[in-house]
Amino acid sequence: MTRDRYSRFRKFHQAKWDEELIFELSVPGERGVLPPLAEPEIENEVGDGVSVLGNLKRKKAPALPEVNQMRVNRHYLRLSQETLGTDVTIDISQGTCTMKYSPKVQEHLVARDPNLICVHPLQDPNTMQGLLYIYYQVEKFLREISGLDYFSFQPGGGAHAVYSNASIIRAYHQSRGDTKRDEMITTMFSHPCDAATPNTAGFKVITLMPDENGFPPLDAFKAALSERTAGIMITNPEDTGIYNPRIKEYVDAAHAVGALCSYDQANANAFLGIARAKEAGFDMCHFNLHKTFSAPHGCMGPALGAQGVKKELKKFLPVPRVEFDGSRYYLDYNAPESIGKVKQFLGNSAIVVRTYMWIMQLGNEGLKEAAKISVLNNNYMMKKIKEIPGVVMYYDFGIGKNRLEQVRWSWEKLKEDTGFGTDDVNQRISDFGIQHYWTSHHPWIVPEPFTPEPCESYNKDDLDEWIGALQEISRECYEEPETIKGAPHSGPVHRVKHPAINEEQLIAVTWRQYKKRKNIE
Amino acid sequence: MQRKGQIVYPYIPNSVPETKQAMMKEIGISDIMELYEREIPAELRFKEDMQLPEPIYDEYTIKRHTEKILAKNKNCKDYLCFLGAGCAPHFVPAVCDEINGRGEFLTAYVGESIADHGKWQALWEYCSLMAELCAMDVLSIPMYDGAQAAASSIRMANRINGRTKALIPEKMSPEILMVIRNYVNSMPAPDIELVTIKCDSMGRIDINDLQSKCSQDVCAVYIENPAYLGTIETRSQEIGTLAKEAGAEYIVYTDPISLGIIEAPANYGATITCGDFHSLGIHLHAGGGQGGFIAAPDDMKYIAEFKDLMFGITETIVEGEYGFGEVLYDRTSYGARDKANEFTGTSTGLWAITAGVYLALMGPKGMEEVGTTIMQKAQYAARKIGQIQGIEIKTNPPFFKEFVVNFDHTNKTVGEINQALLNYKIFGGNDLSCEFPDLGQSALYCVTEIHSQEDIDQLCYALQGIVTC
Repeated sequence: MTRDRYSRFRKFHQAKWDEELIFELSVPGERGVLPPLAEPEIENEVGDGVSVLGNLKRKKAPALPEVNQMRVNRHYLRLSQETLGTDVTIDISQGTCTMKYSPKVQEHLVARDPNLICVHPLQDPNTMQGLLYIYYQVEKFLREISGLDYFSFQPGGGAHAVYSNASIIRAYHQSRGDTKRDEMITTMFSHPCDAATPNTAGFKVITLMPDENGFPPLDAFKAALSERTAGIMITNPEDTGIYNPRIKEYVDAAHAVGALCSYDQANANAFLGIARAKEAGFDMCHFNLHKTFSAPHGCMGPALGAQGVKKELKKFLPVPRVEFDGSRYYLDYNAPESIGKVKQFLGNSAIVVRTYMWIMQLGNEGLKEAAKISVLNNNYMMKKIKEIPGVVMYYDFGIGKNRLEQVRWSWEKLKEDTGFGTDDVNQRISDFGIQHYWTSHHPWIVPEPFTPEPCESYNKDDLDEWIGALQEISRECYEEPETIKGAPHSGPVHRVKHPAINEEQLIAVTWRQYKKRKNIE
Repeated sequence: MQRKGQIVYPYIPNSVPETKQAMMKEIGISDIMELYEREIPAELRFKEDMQLPEPIYDEYTIKRHTEKILAKNKNCKDYLCFLGAGCAPHFVPAVCDEINGRGEFLTAYVGESIADHGKWQALWEYCSLMAELCAMDVLSIPMYDGAQAAASSIRMANRINGRTKALIPEKMSPEILMVIRNYVNSMPAPDIELVTIKCDSMGRIDINDLQSKCSQDVCAVYIENPAYLGTIETRSQEIGTLAKEAGAEYIVYTDPISLGIIEAPANYGATITCGDFHSLGIHLHAGGGQGGFIAAPDDMKYIAEFKDLMFGITETIVEGEYGFGEVLYDRTSYGARDKANEFTGTSTGLWAITAGVYLALMGPKGMEEVGTTIMQKAQYAARKIGQIQGIEIKTNPPFFKEFVVNFDHTNKTVGEINQALLNYKIFGGNDLSCEFPDLGQSALYCVTEIHSQEDIDQLCYALQGIVTC
């Protein structure tokens, strides 16, 4: 059986195992693995080892399940099969996330090479020269890609890097005694972390709303600036995929009042070798190496937000930094004005290694090709999606304005016509063997939103299959409403009754809590 | 042979010239740069080439190239490693690697439970298994690392009771302290004051000093147990009582691999338990295998203050079928932006699933055995090392996994000794002489279940040789 000859659809059904919870598999006495024990000579020498604990010896063993090894392995393999990872689906649905292919040669190396997985972060730097060389090289690569001067690989994700940049903005003003600057400006279509992280770092956050162009007008932006502005933290293009062509004027205006400008480039896929933070005047930026630079997302991490700054801000970066003295690489902790640390040790080194390998395979031309093809793919999809009944493009202007790597669409018309909105379409799409799409960050400014991002990894046939599924779902909404109402039909589970759990008596985030709620012994 | 013509990149399928042409024709352009030119003004475009190395196109060569670079590292497979300080070498069951290597888990992201049901269940089970270990009811999905968990725990306490002073031990993990210091900083100045509690030289809390500082403005009493220097805080119950009497939260940072044999902090009064689950089935990864957790009681005053996503088990439209949903989503910054309690984001999901697999494999008996083995081997190692002339073990029992070895009477620095140990293919303990100068030339040695008696004896042999030469 292959895909339907005419429609190109699959008769897909995701694995559905009705798999028990791990606790329900417990058989008293079963063992999953036997850890090493102390040799008899050691026991002779020190005894049972635990009597010294006295009252602190655990009195009641933790109620972990007792499950044999084959069953544990099978349990988790089944759960993996009930997960639509990018490796098994066309995952162009999750705009802003850049779900690109993570090359297997990189994955195999970082998962298996003892010179990475068996390295302790506190080893003498002389015994980590290979890894430190790679850190040093990747910093040089990102310098070229961003135009900024120095990078830290410590933050453990994109939001973490934005937080670390907010910390540097704080340290910069504090170092100058300019402590009245307690406001940070962002835009509503910038990622939520551009508002949340400065708040965590102690700033009041001003969020500017878009006008009919999709971004805040320059006048409104200038009106928000003052001697209290510490910095701006924004994306461009924003979530909508719209690029603000006057960004440099915004940055210049912020600089004019003494603020720093931080560019959220979590997703920089359209920009590699095409446009840089430097030319737009930014003081700092960050790249998600687990998005743009091919490292996988791992069910939400481990991840890495590489944080870049101009040379004037180098002294505030987290410690340690990898430096080179002409003959050897070393870890430099000597930075008295540093913000300190945002993560333990050297950050997620395996992601730095993946980035190194990916850039080394593409080079200058290949990176530009990745950017350009991601934009081509998106504009190809854009033309086709525009023709789907029920779809509305916001900020279209009727002038054929294109987008770069992603588009925020709306099912507003579909909702008006059929009563089905974006959540209904989303429930149905995984029946086609496709990961359901990302709607929008909150709040939904664009009604009934969805945000695909094809990046460069998928071929034309993949794009056509995805677009075809959307076309078919639109047709079903208009012509076969019953098909939509019951969706998903082919997933690992049926529709969840209450996906938003807000009442205390319904909250069960662990087995212990679940048993309490259900009065299970 | 040279590759001729335009390169078709294996990871960029539409770089095939004919495909590219067809797609450009479809959208009415003749050059992809036209799409950029309409959007990005010329002065903002970068028109030069990035100065990057010549690419290595083929898969075989890039692998060999990278392996050759990494081969300049020494590793803990070829060397005996006695380094810990928050990242200790432990036994990693093969099933852990099997599961975290699955492409579906490796490459999944934020899919909802209708398509990613397995991911939601695996992460919910991680929370559940950790909850049993911690004897606490509530966990969120994981955090960046233990340091983040510690820092966020203190902020939670501050929000819970509105107080602004946190008591922390004088001797604690310097790495964690650095993260906390930055995390409580604010504009214009830190909004939580960190006040240190006096400790003995090995990090046990001075109860009298704690008592004198446990005032009504304290939001939390934070301790590490086992402490950074390996000592087990035997007066942890008394510390909890003092915190409770002051109306403060009692935060205990712990090593989860110890909890099969050491009492769960909740059972001696902790109201918030936090730590790093790296010890549960994850390789060293040069420090990239860390993952943080916070556990708290089943009480809305705690639940509402978690900063990260929480997955709740619920029902689907089919009776008896488990489904999963988001708990209090508007609490997080995904839902509330700057109105959220802190920020959240991508953290360490794959490692959390791995820690869950580890606990499922180990069960209660396995956790008891591994904890006992670590206690025995660490005590054996301390005893044997302490018998070498000129070397003194500073840590008194009970301790877990780590202990302080002092070399003051050897006329050698820790740096010199560690350098000499490399000749024996041994990574000696973490040098404490910079972190805690009052301990003189001391090192923090870490011994776990993976160290055999032969390994420990080999270390002693090497140290003996080094200090007597």
